[in-house]
Amino acid sequence: MRATSISLLLLVTTLVSAFAATAHGQALVADLSRHHVAITTGFTGAEVLMFGAVDGEGDIVVVITGPPEDVVVRNKQRIAGIWVNARTIRFEGVPNFYAVASTRPLSEIATPDVRENQQIGAENIAVTVSIADRGRPAEELATFRAALIRNKQNDGLFSREPGEITVLSNRLFRTGIHFPANMATGTYTASVYLFHEGSAVQSVSTPILVEKVGVGAEVYNFAHRQSAFYGIAAIVIAVFAGWLGGVIFRKV
Amino acid sequence: MYIYLPIAEMSVNIFLILAMGGAIGFLSGLFGVGGGFLMTPLLIFIGVPAPVAVGTEANQIVASSVSGVIAHWRRGNVDFKMGAVLLSGGIVGSSLGVLLFKFLQSLGQIDLAIKLCYVVFLGIIGGLMLVESVRTMLRARSVSARRGKLHQHNWLHGLPLKMRFRRSKLYISAILPFSIGAVVGVLSALMGVGGGFIMVPAMIYLLGMPTSVVIGTSLFQIIFVTANVTFLQAISTQTVDVLLAILLLAGAVVGAQFGSKYSVRLKGEQLRGLLAVMVIGVCVKIAYDLIVTPDDLYSIARLAVH
Repeated sequence: MRATSISLLLLVTTLVSAFAATAHGQALVADLSRHHVAITTGFTGAEVLMFGAVDGEGDIVVVITGPPEDVVVRNKQRIAGIWVNARTIRFEGVPNFYAVASTRPLSEIATPDVRENQQIGAENIAVTVSIADRGRPAEELATFRAALIRNKQNDGLFSREPGEITVLSNRLFRTGIHFPANMATGTYTASVYLFHEGSAVQSVSTPILVEKVGVGAEVYNFAHRQSAFYGIAAIVIAVFAGWLGGVIFRKV
Repeated sequence: MYIYLPIAEMSVNIFLILAMGGAIGFLSGLFGVGGGFLMTPLLIFIGVPAPVAVGTEANQIVASSVSGVIAHWRRGNVDFKMGAVLLSGGIVGSSLGVLLFKFLQSLGQIDLAIKLCYVVFLGIIGGLMLVESVRTMLRARSVSARRGKLHQHNWLHGLPLKMRFRRSKLYISAILPFSIGAVVGVLSALMGVGGGFIMVPAMIYLLGMPTSVVIGTSLFQIIFVTANVTFLQAISTQTVDVLLAILLLAGAVVGAQFGSKYSVRLKGEQLRGLLAVMVIGVCVKIAYDLIVTPDDLYSIARLAVH
């Protein structure tokens, strides 16, 4: 409750300054309820509120993009009765996360070409095929690309349908962004586009930093930076715990 | 109550993990097995990535084997010399196993390899145990079992490098226990198990060790082999989740106590028969998953973060 009231207060103050900004000729201003998402030990996902003000007519589209990563897509084939990963294609620069929200259905806001150009909608995310796989037939590449997006959607990391944007008195807008627990750490980008008559007339972007904090972060860093000591520590903990268990239940 | 696992990078219900530890601990106390062959598939089933399940389970088995070996040590049921030979093979085998694991992971075939190992070895061991326990149950009804020689002599006893193992009352070639240790070591690294379910029958039927020292000696060498797997997985793949291991362990320690209390109510062959049914059950489930057409023929895996 307290966190909500604080973010509401923040919202109000920012909106007041947003009005001031639009008064000075900026058509679009936007901000986030927070720019930092902490993955703590009790992390089950996060909600971030994006809000802003717009001057003039048009449609608003909000796009959240996660940090890029390399993803390999594998296709199973039945070999000797069992399903085996047979063909693979590697994609580079795939955002770990992608969410979109809009005031109207995307097809009514812009033509497919424009959406593809601006990478609006999960199917329009630009991904690069690794050099080794570029010679593959276009049809195969398209199938694998579609499989990549479908799997990301099933994991809850790519949005299927655009989320809703609430608009107040044709000026103020807000939308909630849900980050799932399996999100990657790194820098995310929240972009807001103002579309007018089918083309983006203005856009603003702002970063969101997602990082692990607390005990979980320390365990992760320890495991990755000092792997050998981590391994030894894991064994020592296990031996001690096993010994403790044996001793405690000796008398029972 | 949810907890975020730092290495598995997922959020799980803490009570689910404790309950899983408890249930598998109960079964391992009941049957006197490590339970790795049940826990690793179960972890994969709830969504833990296969490499993390295998690495973490190795870490947990270190703890449960330490717990188990204490009781056997007190009763003098550990043949340390035999254990040392088995484990020298185990260290070599498990080190090769971790390398093989990493290689298969780079090919994208690790999940398949883990599952195939499970199907083959659980199928063989479960089938043999079932036949043996049913035979014993039937024989118990007809005539009392004949006492034979301590063990049969065959070509395996003609190998060089003979060693005397006083505690096991054996004078055999060290090559044999070393090789058994090595094979089980590879499987241990690949499957995320202690390998007791293969080691114990091999010690009885191949080496001819007396049953009284088999469990204690097996547990003794499992501690070191799984510790080696834990260490190597930690440095090469960073897939050991200490938090997950501790949670599983907490449940398992408690469950095992109840399990061992119940085990005295059942006869040895009944226990083995039940265990065999369970082993075959896991084998059939994994085999079915390999054969049935998956919902999506395509899967994705993250490689590197820029």
